[in-house]
Amino acid sequence: MSLLHIDNLHASVDGKNILKGVNLSIRRGEVHAIMGPNGSGKSTLAYLLAGKPGYKATQGSVLFEGHDLLTLSPEKRARMGMFLSFQHPVEIPGVRLDQFIRAGFNSLRQHRGEPELDPLKFDRVIKKNAGMVGLHQSMTKRFVNMDFSGGEKKKSELLQMSIMEPLLSILDEPDSGLDVDALRDVANCIKQLHTFENAVLLVTHYQRILNYVVPDQVHILVDGRIVRTGNKDLAHDVEADGYDKYE
Amino acid sequence: MTTTNKDLKAVASKEYKYGWTTDVESETPEKGLNEDIVRWISEKKNEPAFLLNWRLKAFSYWKKLVSEDKTPKWANVKFPEIDYQNLYYYSAPKSKKQLDSLDQVDPEILAAYEKLGIPLEEQKHLAGVAVDAIFDSVSITTTFKKELSKHGIIFCSFSEAVQDHPELIKKYLGSVVPYTDNFFAALNAAVFSDGSFCFIPKGIRCPLELTTYFRINAAETGQFERTLIVAEDNSYVSYLEGCSAPMRDENQLHAAVVELVAMENAEIKYSTIQNWYPGDEKGKGGIYNFVTKRGICRGNNSKISWTQVETGSAITWKYPSVMLIGDDSVGEFYSVALTKGYQQADTGTKMIHLGRNTRSKIISKGISAGHGQNTYRGLVRVMPKAYKARNFTQCDSLLIGDKCGAHTAPYVEVRNNTAQLEHEAYTSKVDEEAMFYCNQRGISNEDAQSLIINGFCKEVFQKLPFEFAVEANRLIELNLEGTVG
Ligand SMILES: Nc1ncnc2c1ncn2[C@@H]1O[C@H](COP(=O)(O)OP(=O)(O)O)[C@@H](O)[C@H]1O
Ligand SMILES: [Mg+2]
Repeated sequence: MSLLHIDNLHASVDGKNILKGVNLSIRRGEVHAIMGPNGSGKSTLAYLLAGKPGYKATQGSVLFEGHDLLTLSPEKRARMGMFLSFQHPVEIPGVRLDQFIRAGFNSLRQHRGEPELDPLKFDRVIKKNAGMVGLHQSMTKRFVNMDFSGGEKKKSELLQMSIMEPLLSILDEPDSGLDVDALRDVANCIKQLHTFENAVLLVTHYQRILNYVVPDQVHILVDGRIVRTGNKDLAHDVEADGYDKYE
Repeated sequence: MTTTNKDLKAVASKEYKYGWTTDVESETPEKGLNEDIVRWISEKKNEPAFLLNWRLKAFSYWKKLVSEDKTPKWANVKFPEIDYQNLYYYSAPKSKKQLDSLDQVDPEILAAYEKLGIPLEEQKHLAGVAVDAIFDSVSITTTFKKELSKHGIIFCSFSEAVQDHPELIKKYLGSVVPYTDNFFAALNAAVFSDGSFCFIPKGIRCPLELTTYFRINAAETGQFERTLIVAEDNSYVSYLEGCSAPMRDENQLHAAVVELVAMENAEIKYSTIQNWYPGDEKGKGGIYNFVTKRGICRGNNSKISWTQVETGSAITWKYPSVMLIGDDSVGEFYSVALTKGYQQADTGTKMIHLGRNTRSKIISKGISAGHGQNTYRGLVRVMPKAYKARNFTQCDSLLIGDKCGAHTAPYVEVRNNTAQLEHEAYTSKVDEEAMFYCNQRGISNEDAQSLIINGFCKEVFQKLPFEFAVEANRLIELNLEGTVG
């Protein structure tokens, strides 16, 4: 059974049709990449899967582990193991990153019938994982995404992912705005978090990150439709030829 | 699909928990205000001549303002004109004898306190907190007085201070807020009934948090307390007032005056948690809270900080201020003001820099929900001799829903060009972006909202004494319960 099964998905935002029949199936252990020009609907797909208010499916279906995903609240989806790394993470003044992660983590645990992790134990976990994603530990004491650099924001998202241990991670442009070193760190980190048990849906603009995180499938999204699916070589072709060819 | 969108807009006002009246016989003169009433109050309290004269001067000044139609009109609040002749100016529970212990207090009154959650009977719970409880206008009982007097600290009702320490009252009364200051200060000076007095002698660090709970009980009674705190050289005191009022249909006027005096190297921390009846969800009833609070940093290196959490009242009109006279003195203002339903708040501060190297810091957090209107009004004035004065101002607003409003009116007057002023402001919404971000991490709407609001208020709550920070937090959550989910 697929972890995620999207069938003929049409979706609109503010009454505007953005997705026009997307089909996609992802199994545990796989990495899928979605590439496409700006405005083709990549973030829309990511938001829709995560349940952002205002994003409406007008046709088609989405199953997550066999459940009808579209009827569930965003927090339920998260608790079932869906994680979205935001293209533009939100700032929350006055709320420390570690407290924020702990609140989410404990609600996941509660959902699974596990006791809350006490703050001291949690602190050890977050320290260890911050080290792994290459985020300075002091950053976890700062307010959520406030005055974070572009790279720090991406790493903060990965830190959250590493603690939530999701089944499906949708990563919306985790590579945008990063220099070569930061890109390598982020990519290695994604690779490390990916196991046979979970899956990654990686949204990107550039082929570069796929040198590290090698995808099982690459999908080209143009104007709300997947116009081509292939293996990692497709990413190279797109980079060389541009998207025009596929429109 | 989710219902976040709808939930965010459905701002339900939480029912006021403290609405009841206590059946205690009150001793009240006739309605209305005239010179006889002023004399009656003064006589009733057995006041020395200087105080009666002061009241009378204040009264005639107030009458002049009324005749010139000089009621304050500039605040960003709307309310029907107050009929000052249709109020009672003094209300005291009838009780003949002086009270020495809690056993002698009317059980009805104690029960009322219990409903308020003030542990007068269970003071052990609040060990380390001295409570001077004001029931309507007369201070009923003062605890921990003995412990404090060991250090030479005077902490008593204003009336007692007038009897026992008239020289101190004469010296400091009106020295910070003269009766000519404004309309309500004049009114208060004429008819004030009671309040708290606190005197910390040289070199003493007050070992307890001093606390006063005010409560408005009798119907249609304007309440006019006065608080006076004097901290002599090298002393320190932290003082907290908490307020609530029962539910009434008539709007009740509350016009208090607070005066703080900090001498050389002294520090006064003054915290307020105000939860007076805000009116019902249609905007009917509620307290009019028109308060004048000011501190003077007289001595060099002295410090005054105001911290306030304002969740109640139909209308709040309040600008705790600091006059920075001593060189190197510091003034601070930390505020959280929440308006929901049809509440209106026009609040802020004034920092007047007179001495060299004086510093001030203003952190104002306004939260608006429902149809609430929240205005920050602040003035930073740097006088010619205030070399190298510094100010940092941050006024932030948080909007919940789209029918409420936030306004900021920061005024700056600088007459010394060595001054350094910094101003920051942002307005954010408890918006779908932040809520969705939390939801995506598995956090429910309710938890997400409390996380976001808590974060927004954090800088201010951190300034409150610990127990009260917890209380303030609960109060905000209680007030916004039902806003989401
Ligand atoms: N809230 C919105 N309201 C209206 N149109 C939107 C909204 N969000 C995105 N769009 C439009 O949807 C299309 C796809 O956007 P998006 O999914 O962000 O693309 P991508 O992530 O591929 O760059 C764009 O044309 C964009 O302008
Ligand atoms: Mg995008």
